[in-house]
Amino acid sequence: MLRNTIPWLIAACAGSVIIAAYFVPSAQGWQDTIGQWFEVLASFAFVLGGVNLAMQNLQKISAREPGWGYAAVTLMSFLVTLGVGLFKVGVPADSSGSRWGGSYQAEGSAFWWLYEYAYNPTISTIFALLAFYVASAAFRAFRWKNTEATLLLATAFIVLLGRTYAGAVLTSAIPEEYSAFTFPGLTTLIMGVVNTAGQRAIMIGIALGVAATSLKVLLGINRSYLGSGDG
Amino acid sequence: MNLLCRIPPRRYWFAVCLGWVLCCCGWGAAGAQPGEPVPGESLPGPPGGLEGVDHPGDNGTAIDLRWSLSIDDRAEFKPRRVKGYRLERRALPSVAGGSEADSSTDETQVFELPYGVGQFVDRQCVPGRSYQYRLWAVGPGGESAVVETAGPVTPRRQWFDGTRTGFALLLLAICGAVIWFTERAKRGKSLHVREIAALRAMREAVGRATEMGRPCLFIPGIEDMNEIATVAGVAILSHVAETAADYQAEIVVPTTRSLVMTAAQEAVWGAYLKADRADDYRPDRIYYVSDEQFAYVAHVTGYMVREKPAACFYTGVFYAESLIFAETGNSVGAIQIAGTSEATQLPFFVAGCDYTLMGEELFAASAYLTREPQQLGSLKGQDAGKVLAVVLLLAGCLLATAVEVWPGWDPPVNALRWLTGRLLGGG
Repeated sequence: MLRNTIPWLIAACAGSVIIAAYFVPSAQGWQDTIGQWFEVLASFAFVLGGVNLAMQNLQKISAREPGWGYAAVTLMSFLVTLGVGLFKVGVPADSSGSRWGGSYQAEGSAFWWLYEYAYNPTISTIFALLAFYVASAAFRAFRWKNTEATLLLATAFIVLLGRTYAGAVLTSAIPEEYSAFTFPGLTTLIMGVVNTAGQRAIMIGIALGVAATSLKVLLGINRSYLGSGDG
Repeated sequence: MNLLCRIPPRRYWFAVCLGWVLCCCGWGAAGAQPGEPVPGESLPGPPGGLEGVDHPGDNGTAIDLRWSLSIDDRAEFKPRRVKGYRLERRALPSVAGGSEADSSTDETQVFELPYGVGQFVDRQCVPGRSYQYRLWAVGPGGESAVVETAGPVTPRRQWFDGTRTGFALLLLAICGAVIWFTERAKRGKSLHVREIAALRAMREAVGRATEMGRPCLFIPGIEDMNEIATVAGVAILSHVAETAADYQAEIVVPTTRSLVMTAAQEAVWGAYLKADRADDYRPDRIYYVSDEQFAYVAHVTGYMVREKPAACFYTGVFYAESLIFAETGNSVGAIQIAGTSEATQLPFFVAGCDYTLMGEELFAASAYLTREPQQLGSLKGQDAGKVLAVVLLLAGCLLATAVEVWPGWDPPVNALRWLTGRLLGGG
């Protein structure tokens, strides 16, 4: 009951209120209230996440598991960032002369420095890896191995050329009235008609799936996400 | 030869004097403040029939105003005789007690509106409070005579947003179909569900991981539990965990959100209980990493390269990290099954993974895996929704074609307007 029914009742009530608020103008404020409750809950969950992170890494360090040094670096980074943010290390003083009045993210603060010169370059590096992954994925996906793959290859070839100056130059001899047969024209056709039609079909399916799954959650038909073990 | 040389001296002085007079007149006109009467200009005719009514289907914060344009507000008058309209709203002292209307004081607000406009929606009203409106046409010569609403107008909260009726009907039809088919399934009506290769392969993937003695990695997306795709992902996790418990395979679930971690722990614990393997459950294998997208990506890809999981499952909401996960998993030789509600990320999963759940298949997974009649019934309800979508699409295509073929014929124009504006536009 406590582990299963009460969480479902809370989910069902919150979901029903949000649906009702969409159609009943006088209940629109309730939707905001539920959103605020979720924010409060998520804030408590931050603490839960922090504790879990610390315990996981402490456990690795104390057991001297392989790679425990990384766990130490993670824990130290976590504690240092938390510390400089909480104690507002290096935060410039505000108009009253107190550094406690300034924002912990203020330019020049230790937290800002960590974000700008440690965190930002690191995430940019990881994001940049995408360029290599796109190339390797495209190489595998566009191989001429069967009819479908060949169609995909031809389409990708047209769209890639149509998005570059080379595509326009290569088909520049085609008269204006047949511009639909140039690489840019074919690209517009593929992206605007064929691709959009496919995307919309998928999105209609997703919307219906979201509606049906939401209804199953509201009615308690599917409680497997609550860990009931009964499907 | 220049221009001055062509003009005779008398005409030259006449031209200079005329220019001086015209400049003085222009300066005088330019020096007048907006709204102030310009000497020599007549006042514009007043607008007519100012009417104010409560805006339908809202929470009582708007009033609709309409009027007929001033007789001088015509495009053919150059320069224009009406520059715009000035609408004044005066809040009347409240007579009813005990409402939010009491908290406001008597106040006046002025709205400046452009010429050629005969309607306005005042969206800054307090529900239950009465307002009086006055309107003037403003021209170069000054303001016209004033017109007023016949009486005070009071905005009221409505119980139902009428503009969303069409959307409500569609929602009722789809939800009604889901409930009806679910009830039919409960009564024992057999339902056929087509094979979904990605879901059939889940058991094989866990089996492969067991044989190789390597872990299964499950990623429930990077969004929180308020996303339905994450809920669907956690539901799939419970079935994968049950198979893993059954085969005694290790399952690892790193999460980006603490709430997802808690839900995932509960789901996996329930699955281990159901498989009667409660002793094998390890809560430390379901853990929180970071809310930051690429910090999480760094951890997961690092884990993949170090531990080389034999099976990777990605279900939920994914963004740029989808391809990084799929390619890293591919490089370590894992069998990969993915499903996401983000249509833009599907091509990356298709390119990088062995199996991909397309669109609604992600949401059908729980029903497919459990084979519970109630859940299978909901799939049939979804299919009914698809039939409705196809009917609406066909109707829209036919009407749009009819509008183009017979441009002067009103019925298809009205029907198309109703379909796109009222039935589909309210959502």
